[in-house]
Amino acid sequence: MDASALVISIVLYMLSAAGYLAYLLLQKNALQRAGFFLLLAGWVCHTVSILLEVARQGHIPVSNLHETLSFAGWAIAGVFIVLHYRYGLKILGVVAAPFVALIMVIVSLLPDEPAQTTAIFKSFWLVSHVTVIFIGEAAFALACGAGILYLTQENAIKTKRRRFFFKRLPSLDLLDSTGYACIVVGFTMLTLGLITGLVFAKSVWGRFWSWDPKEVWSGISWLFYAALLHERLTVGWRGRRSAIMAIVGFGVLVFTFLGVNFLMEGHHAVFTK
Amino acid sequence: MREIVLIGINHKTAPVELRECIAFSEDEAVTATAALRGRPHIHESLLYSTCNRVELLLVTDDKPAAVADAKAFIADFNKIPVAQFESALYIHANDDAVRHLFRVAASLDSMIVGEPQILGQIKEAYRRAAEAKTAGVILNRLLHRAFFIAKRIRTETGIGDRAVSISYAAVELTRKIFGSLDGKRVLLIGAGEMAELAVEHLLRHPVAETFVANRTFETGLALARRFNGQAIRFEEIPEHIKRVDIIISSTGAPGFVITREDVKSIIRARRNRPIFFIDIAVPRDIDPEINRLDNAYVYDIDDLKGAIEENIEDRQKEAIKGERIVDEATVRFREWHDSLDVVPTIVGLRKKLETIAEAEIKRTVHGNGMSPEDAQALTRMMAAFINKMLHDPTVFLKREGMHGDKALYIDTVRKLFKLDE
Repeated sequence: MDASALVISIVLYMLSAAGYLAYLLLQKNALQRAGFFLLLAGWVCHTVSILLEVARQGHIPVSNLHETLSFAGWAIAGVFIVLHYRYGLKILGVVAAPFVALIMVIVSLLPDEPAQTTAIFKSFWLVSHVTVIFIGEAAFALACGAGILYLTQENAIKTKRRRFFFKRLPSLDLLDSTGYACIVVGFTMLTLGLITGLVFAKSVWGRFWSWDPKEVWSGISWLFYAALLHERLTVGWRGRRSAIMAIVGFGVLVFTFLGVNFLMEGHHAVFTK
Repeated sequence: MREIVLIGINHKTAPVELRECIAFSEDEAVTATAALRGRPHIHESLLYSTCNRVELLLVTDDKPAAVADAKAFIADFNKIPVAQFESALYIHANDDAVRHLFRVAASLDSMIVGEPQILGQIKEAYRRAAEAKTAGVILNRLLHRAFFIAKRIRTETGIGDRAVSISYAAVELTRKIFGSLDGKRVLLIGAGEMAELAVEHLLRHPVAETFVANRTFETGLALARRFNGQAIRFEEIPEHIKRVDIIISSTGAPGFVITREDVKSIIRARRNRPIFFIDIAVPRDIDPEINRLDNAYVYDIDDLKGAIEENIEDRQKEAIKGERIVDEATVRFREWHDSLDVVPTIVGLRKKLETIAEAEIKRTVHGNGMSPEDAQALTRMMAAFINKMLHDPTVFLKREGMHGDKALYIDTVRKLFKLDE
């Protein structure tokens, strides 16, 4: 039942990605609209599938890599939809939709082994910790996407060779401020996520910080983005450097999310293997 | 049957030296339009003259005579022998003339496809013709169609979409960098004519402030006044680069006016805000190395030209769609023009009356329960009535040597009885 909702959502995401890529090539506005509505439909199905999972397991489904990745994909699609409505930044879908589709394809390939249900999943702090962290990561993912678009467009302007995307991409200013907005949202969420995580750790293990690799790398990510924001606010770091940093920062984040689990041990490992 | 004839030369058939000799200035065009009215074979006429073309549109009963007349007119007016320009002339009649006019008005025949000025020039010529009363039923209709088609092509295809002048290319690029021009500060270095041309479109958008720096302060002051800007001294340039977003330079200086070091040292003071240099001077004023700095963009005149060339190619593709619209409109116009003949008008008139009579007879017969004999009598009566009714108009329209403009009467009849629907 819930598996079918997930499969439908994956198919819709893939169609949406195809629509957006076709839009980039053919520049028919209808394609972009189709892409967005497919993504929206996919997201609704995805939400249903997650809600069904919550009903079945009785807690938020983040107990293995299959579920956490799916949750991450859901968050990215959700944040993109909000951005789309708030700022009308259509072109970001060209990055967001394929990215979500890719994540979901990986999700479908991963085994969904039922994890041991423990009481800790029902904690308020855990639910808020996970939700907030994922929304933050989704915002960072989109900042990375905006950064990629920025670099593409900046390169076209600097080298004076306009390629087929020149007309499609919005102005550098808009891409830059979108990336910045995404980072501000992401950073706020990451901060909240870390705080709730600390509180949760205290309630379960009796201490706020236990030098778990995931904790350490989350801290590194946080410091990285803090530095980026600081530079922006003080000396007005923007444009190319800011875009590169958004991409690198997202790399650090992905490592925190996946790399740490596979390469290092720690108490987060169980959720993401 | 009256024919539409178009005689002209343009940039494809004649070099500029010849076009110059034949071109009509604004005042000359007025005199010429008036002079054309008296010619016996020319019933309607319209003349337009731009830097790329001179064309004369005529409505005539006798094409060879009218063409000869027109050539003589051009030769007399410009005081050059016919032989000198005859080989460069093209002469189109009817469908070809109509198609040609539609293409010219829609800017499909222009040197730069899609340039918008030509339509205004033809409108102006039509206004002159209307004032001099040289445009009659056919040209009125033809020109109105031409304006309509031109507008339709502009909105339905992309021939006018992309920047094809340096000035527009600069605006397009500025938009790609800054998004909107609102609140941006512009600095003009050098107050030459090139600078004015280049910023014409840029300054038509609301920018926050315009500064003009010129070696001779007074010249700068005059230009600044025109743009509602502020004149600054040449020495103040480094101070102002800190504040402005767009710099347009066009001085005659032999070396760079702004060097990489100048910009590098103020990046921090600008808090990394993007800065866009448009360098239209030859030799260049802006060090091209500045383009390598973060958030600084430099375009020189060749870069802008390169951007335009791509856009021109795009326009040419769009023009193909425009040609299709023109073909369609030409056929439609011919249908209307053909209907201006006497015979189809009388046939149409009769058909209209018969249709009305038939419907009314049917209703009367039905409503009063008349016998078939009575109905037949009624039909005969109606037929006789229609014949008598149409007698005078038919004689009038067919009469040889009808006074004035025949097309005008036919057109009036068609309008009066709504025969074109």
